[in-house]
This record gives sequence, structure tokens and C-alpha cells, in this order.
Amino acid sequence: MLRLEGVTKRFGELVAVNDLSLNVAAGSISAIIGPNGAGKSTVFNMVSGIYRPSAGEILFEDARIDGWPAHRIAAAGIARTFQNIRLFSFMAAIDNVLAGEDAHLHARLWDSLLHTPLQRREEKAARERARELLRFVGLEGVAETYARNLPYGSQRRLEIARALASRPKLLLLDEPAAGMNPREKGELADLVAAIRERGITVLLIEHDMGLVMRVSDEITVLDYGEKIAHGTPAEIRNDPRVIAAYLGTAVA
Amino acid sequence: MIYAYFLVAIAVVVVAQRLPDLRAKRGLFLLLGVALLCAPLFDRNDSTFNVLADAGIFVLLALGLNIVVGFAGLLDLGYAAFFAIGAYTYAMMASPQFNLHLPFWLLLFLAAAFAAVFGIILGAPTLRLRGDYLAIVTLGFGEIVPQIFQNLTKYTGGPNGIGALDFPSLFGRSFGQNTIPYYYVVLALIALALFFAYNLRDSRLGRAWMAIREDELAARHMGINTTAVKLAAFALGASFSGLAGVVFAAKLSLVSPDLFQFQVSVLIVSMLVLGGMGNIPGVIVGALVLVLVNNVVLPQANTIAAGAGLHVDFGNYHFFIYGAILVGIMLFRPEGLLPSRQRKEELHHAAA
Amino acid sequence: MHEFLAQLFNGIALGGIYALIALGYTMVYGIIGLINFAHGDVYTLGSFFALTILTALGVSGELHGVALVVDVAIALIGAALLCGIVGVLIERLAYRRLRNAPRLAPLITAIGISFILENVMQIWKGPAPVPFPAVVPNPSVMIAGVAVGAQQFLLVGLAVVMMVALQLFIHNTRLGRAMRATAEDRDAAQLMGININKTIMLTFLIGSALAGVAGFVSGVYYQSTWFFNGFGAGLKAFTAAVLGGIGNIAGAMLGGFLIGIIESFATWKFGGQWSNVTVFAILILVLVFRPSGLLGEAVYERA
Repeated sequence: MLRLEGVTKRFGELVAVNDLSLNVAAGSISAIIGPNGAGKSTVFNMVSGIYRPSAGEILFEDARIDGWPAHRIAAAGIARTFQNIRLFSFMAAIDNVLAGEDAHLHARLWDSLLHTPLQRREEKAARERARELLRFVGLEGVAETYARNLPYGSQRRLEIARALASRPKLLLLDEPAAGMNPREKGELADLVAAIRERGITVLLIEHDMGLVMRVSDEITVLDYGEKIAHGTPAEIRNDPRVIAAYLGTAVA
Repeated sequence: MIYAYFLVAIAVVVVAQRLPDLRAKRGLFLLLGVALLCAPLFDRNDSTFNVLADAGIFVLLALGLNIVVGFAGLLDLGYAAFFAIGAYTYAMMASPQFNLHLPFWLLLFLAAAFAAVFGIILGAPTLRLRGDYLAIVTLGFGEIVPQIFQNLTKYTGGPNGIGALDFPSLFGRSFGQNTIPYYYVVLALIALALFFAYNLRDSRLGRAWMAIREDELAARHMGINTTAVKLAAFALGASFSGLAGVVFAAKLSLVSPDLFQFQVSVLIVSMLVLGGMGNIPGVIVGALVLVLVNNVVLPQANTIAAGAGLHVDFGNYHFFIYGAILVGIMLFRPEGLLPSRQRKEELHHAAA
Repeated sequence: MHEFLAQLFNGIALGGIYALIALGYTMVYGIIGLINFAHGDVYTLGSFFALTILTALGVSGELHGVALVVDVAIALIGAALLCGIVGVLIERLAYRRLRNAPRLAPLITAIGISFILENVMQIWKGPAPVPFPAVVPNPSVMIAGVAVGAQQFLLVGLAVVMMVALQLFIHNTRLGRAMRATAEDRDAAQLMGININKTIMLTFLIGSALAGVAGFVSGVYYQSTWFFNGFGAGLKAFTAAVLGGIGNIAGAMLGGFLIGIIESFATWKFGGQWSNVTVFAILILVLVFRPSGLLGEAVYERA
């Protein structure tokens, strides 16, 4: 589904990601792990269109997407969340989700100006879908609350709902468990599994090894911008290179 | 007497803002509309409606700029340029200048369309710019446009502008020097602008504007085409200004480049800042208060001062008033006098 | 060729004024990220202060000998000092509270301050241009067949001296280093024990004082001043700062001279009524296509 081929990203002298090849199978839950500064976020930023790779190709369903503007990549079916939550703080939870649906709405300028029957119908249906998504992530009770007034864990889940609203085929989760307590992490694992049930492929960056080992089918390990290992959770756990890379860093 | 109109209108808008019920809100606006429609039947004072029509033109401008600045969060410091484009459209196509005498009603549409096109042309290069740079670029455009109108003397009459513009007519009857028809045209345009502004706010587009104002990068990653959405804001905002320009030119029967200087752009920004950017009732109140001060209070203060043997021209204090509003509001009540719930929370959290 | 050189010398003189004003824009932008819209008006204020001081000294025409040096020095230093104080007051009263507000709030405030200053000056000296005494004698020298006045030399010389002094100050003194550190990373500077408020105040003091100097020399050069001068001059100086690379002091000087020369040639080739259009078109083109300017580094938006 998503394929990276020899992707490199340089910032001046610094090589953030070096000759990375990666294949995310449709319907899978995959994880990228690695110590801080290993280049994980840079990979996400390239896939979602913030950065353009210095070399290599990024293919999504066989289309080359590197160099596309972010909104086009989103419309093609890749949605993401952000490590440091980037919700629309002063918009109600439901409006955040509705904003995520934007690329799939058909109302034209004229419809918005005049509130044509098409616009009304579409808006009603979109609202319905947004409510369903809020229910899916467990936020049905706070639809009208401003995003910034939600507790931290809920904000993470709202960000996922907003991303799902753009009807992605591939969902990129950037450290979704950061700052969560063990109970919330458990719920998150269930949510990720439920997202896959909906037929959405998930690729996540995560530091919490417990969560990664529990949900992932495949794990890629980055260190200093290089892929040092790739395999199932069991393989990764016993890989000497991975253990070496993590030596001295706190890892479960 | 003129005060009564302004105060009632302001009071109604303020009360309407506080009503939680949407129906009651609409009802109150409608009532105000009907009252304003009937007013000329009872009040025969032409100068009153002259001032009110001018006030209405500024309400129209404030509603338009609010789309760009309030909804989409793009600080436009050259908004008077579109006002100028609207006014010159009428002046060049309904005057002896080229001996074109196109009808007023057609030119309303044409000017709105021209202004929108220029909104896109001028907006397009600014799309990637950060907020403060965007403001300065729009300011640059705002300076260039009237200067070009001034320089192209052959077509625009240069610094003297174009005079003797056609009077609009309806069903074969000319408006002439009568102010009442202009007053009605302005009322109708405000009604239309309100309808559009509210619809836009509560639509996909309004939501997208809000989203890019809050976090442009996140909006882009949610699939919102920020380019298209920003251009729509520029185009729509400009078209309101174009409409206002046509009425302004027709009513004055004259245009000249000095009518569209930077001060006009800042005046409209001041209206938004005073009333509360982003909030439709707020910007209406902002516009009404400033027109009241500029066109009624200051001239009267002059008369009173002269009566007391003082030779003060309060008309010289316009800049000071706009400046004091901008500074005072930003420092002490950044959400404006009549803010939306959203803006209020936004600014109070930001300050904390 | 003769006309070309004459316009070039004109442009350099004009550019000296823009460069001095541009320094204030660039320093303030570098340190608090604000387009200090009122800065152009502080420049006009400088010429008003100088005029007032000269009038108080009883000067109304050309000066010679000791009187020339003493009176010019008093007017120049006085204007610079008063402008510096005004700049510090503006920062203290209007901008400081908004340092952490949304980005556009201080810009809107700055526009407000600009309007207030313009109005105050309009009431102070009236709405019409005011004559400024030609205190400095203006014998001219022939350079390649073009007459260049002493005032032009004075203007450019003063601008260059100020800029060199500023560079030395910023690179070789403790306070200058504090300014650079604060511009680089305010939080880190604070952690290192730098007094941020004092440093920002100093930035406004120096920037505004330079605008005061520019106000004085422009008064001498044009022999007139006007309450509204600062609006256009300010925008052009800001253009200069952007062209050179905002935040970059050498860039502000380069940009200032370039804009002066461009304006001078635009006036020559297209006529005065197109000079503003030309400069603002450059402003727009630079901001759109190379917002980092000629000497600035490309700035990446942080993800």
C-alpha cells in the first residue's frame, strides 16, 4: 500500500533519513520505532507532504506522492495525527471532525453562499458521520466542547477522529500514547485494533514498547536515520542490533 | 434625531447578539429592517438618510472585510483598493468619460465580479506568506491601486478623478439628487450581505476558514485546500467592497484617487477591531459607532466649539481616534466590544 | 551619463536616509518579530524635534564655524535622544504587554500608534509641509562632471559612521552581545541571565535614535518636513530592510542604499508619480519570491 524506496532526507549537513526502504502492507498495523532523533518523525513528514525527500520515491497505491501538496496527499487517502496535538483549539469537537471531512464534501462556493438543498443535505449527512466518529472514539458526550477544553487523552482521540473523517486508507499516528496513563493506553490499543477492523491500514510511531508490541504486525527500527531491523514483534524483541541500539536508553 | 437611528440600530444589534434563541434573533433583525424601510415615510429629513446611506456603505465594507480578516484571519491592510476598483468601475462605465452609460444594476454585478477577480489576482501571491508579511503586501497593493488610478490620467481623469457620473435609475425613473433611493439600495445590499455572510459562516467554507485561522498546517493535512479557501475569502471579501464602491461612486457622482487612501483601509480595520473581528453583529456595531463619530459627532462638536468662540476643527482628530481605538482595544479588550464566544476565549487564553 | 551619475548620487543620499530608518525596523523585527509600523513616524518626529531645537537656538539660516558645529551637534543629539525616549516609551506602553499575544495584535497596535503620532504631529506643526532651515552650507564639488553638494556628503557620511558604530557596538560590547543573543533565542538568553526587557528597550532606544538622526539629516537635505513624511519613508525603509534580509543589519544598509537608488532612477525614468508604485512592487516581489531578502538565510516554517 505504502512503499518507500531509497528515501533520503538531508537538512544541510545532517542526514535525517538515509536510503530508507519500507513497505506497509494493506490492512496491517505497522510501527516505526527508534531512539529520539532516529528520523521517525521526518519519515512521517515526508509521507504526509511537509517535506520533500532529498532522494528516493514514496509510492502510495502505486502513485508517486513525494512532492505532492499536503492537502492532495490527504485527499488521496493518507491522514495523520501530530506528536504535539494540533487540533483546532477553539472549534467544537464536532467542528474539528467536520473540518476533517472537508475534502469529501461537494458543496461549491455557490452552495455555501446560498445554502442550497444540496448544501443542507450534505451538511446534515456530514454532521451525522461526524457524530458517528465521535461515538467511535468515545467522545459522543462532548461534541460541542471546544477542543482545547478537553482532557489530554480525549484530545488525542479527537485528533484520531478528525483524521478518520478524511476517510483515509492509511492512518499515520505520531506517538498516540504520549502522555497517556496505562488505562488510556489500553483503550488506545483497542481503538487502533478497531480502526484496522474498519479496513484502514495503520502506521504508527511510538515510544511505548508495550503498546507497539501488543498492536503491531510488523515493526521497523530506525537508528540515526538508517533502518537497522524489520520484522514481527517477536523477531524485533530478540534482534541483537536493536538491543544494542537501545542500550543505555530507557526501553521496556 | 440622527442619533436616535444610530442608537436604536446599535441597541437592537447588541440585544440580538445576546439572545440565545436563533429565531428571536432573526425576528429582531427583521423588525429593525422593517423599521428602517418605513422610516422615510415618517421622517422627511433628507440629510438623515444621507448619513444613514453612508453608514450603510461602511457596514457593507465592514461585513466584507470581516470575511477576510475575521473569518479567515488574513489581515488585509489594502481593502480600500477593492472599494476603489468598484467605484472606478462605475465611474468609467457610467459617465461621459468614455461615453459609456451602462446601467447601475448591471454595474453592481460587474464591479463585484471585477473586485473578486482582483481579489484573486492580488491574493494569489500572498498565499504562502506569514500573517504580518501578508498584511504588508496587502498594504502595498492598497497603495499601488489608487496611485495607478491617479497616474493613468487618460483613462481615469488623474488626480481630479471622474465627475458627473450617471444617476442610477429604476423602472425608468432616475434617482437624481434624491438620497432616499440610495438609502434603499444600501439597505437591500446589507440584507444581501448579511444573508451571504451568515450562510458562509455556517458552511463548509466558514469552517475551513476557521480551521486555517487556528492552524493552517493541520488544516492542510486534513485535506483542506488552503489555497482555494484563502482565495475564496479574498474574492468574496473584495466583491462586497466592489458593490460598496459602486453605490459610493453613484451617490457621490464623483470618484478621485484620494478617496481610497490607506486611511480608509485602516478605518475599516478599526471598525472590525472595535466591534469584534469575526463576529457579524460586532462589526456592524463597530461600523455604526465610527460613522456616527466621524460624520455626526465630530462635525457637531465643531459647531458647538465655534458657538463657544473656540476655533477647533475636530475633523483633524480622525487619525487620533482610529489610532486610539486600535491601541486601546488591542491592549485592554482584544476581542472587541461585541465579540463572538470563540474570539473571546481565544484571546483570553492566548493572553494567559 | 551625466544624468545617470547625478541620479546615482541622489539615490545614494536618499538611500542613506532609508538605511538609517531601516536599521530600526530590522533591529526590532530581529528581536521581537514585530513590524514596528510607527517607526517611520518616529523618523518624522526626529525632524520636528530638530526643527524645534534649532528654532529655540535662534537658528534660521546657514551656519558657519563654531556655531555650525555646536548647533548642529545639539540639534542632532537632541533629536536622536528625544526620539530614543519616544521609542522606548512606545515599547513600554504599547508593545510590551502584547509580547506573547497573537502575532497580529502588536502589528495592529503599531498601526494605531503610527496614526496617533501622525495626528499629534499634524496638530503640532500643522497639516502643511514646514520649512526647515538650511543650516549646513552646501558648496559643491565636481565629480565626473556632476556637482555633489556638501550636504550629500554629510548625509552619506553620517549614515555610514552610524552604521559602523552600530556594528562595532553589537559585535564588541556586552550589551550588543545581549541583543544578538536575545534575537537568536529569547528564552535561552533569559536563562543565561540576560535581562530581556532591558535589552529590548535598548533596541528601541538605538533604533529610534537612528531614526531621529535620519529625521534631522532629511530636514537639512530637503529643507522641509511634513507630518505625513514618515508613512511613505517608513514603508520604503521597511522595504529596504526586507530587501536586505530582515533582522540583518548589514542587509538593512545595503537595502537602504539600493532602494534609494532604485527610487531615484524610477523617478528619472518613469516620473515621480511612479516611484512609489515601483518601490511597493519591489516590496511585494521580494516578500513573495524571496522573503529572506538578499543577505538573509532562508527561513523554514517549523512543522
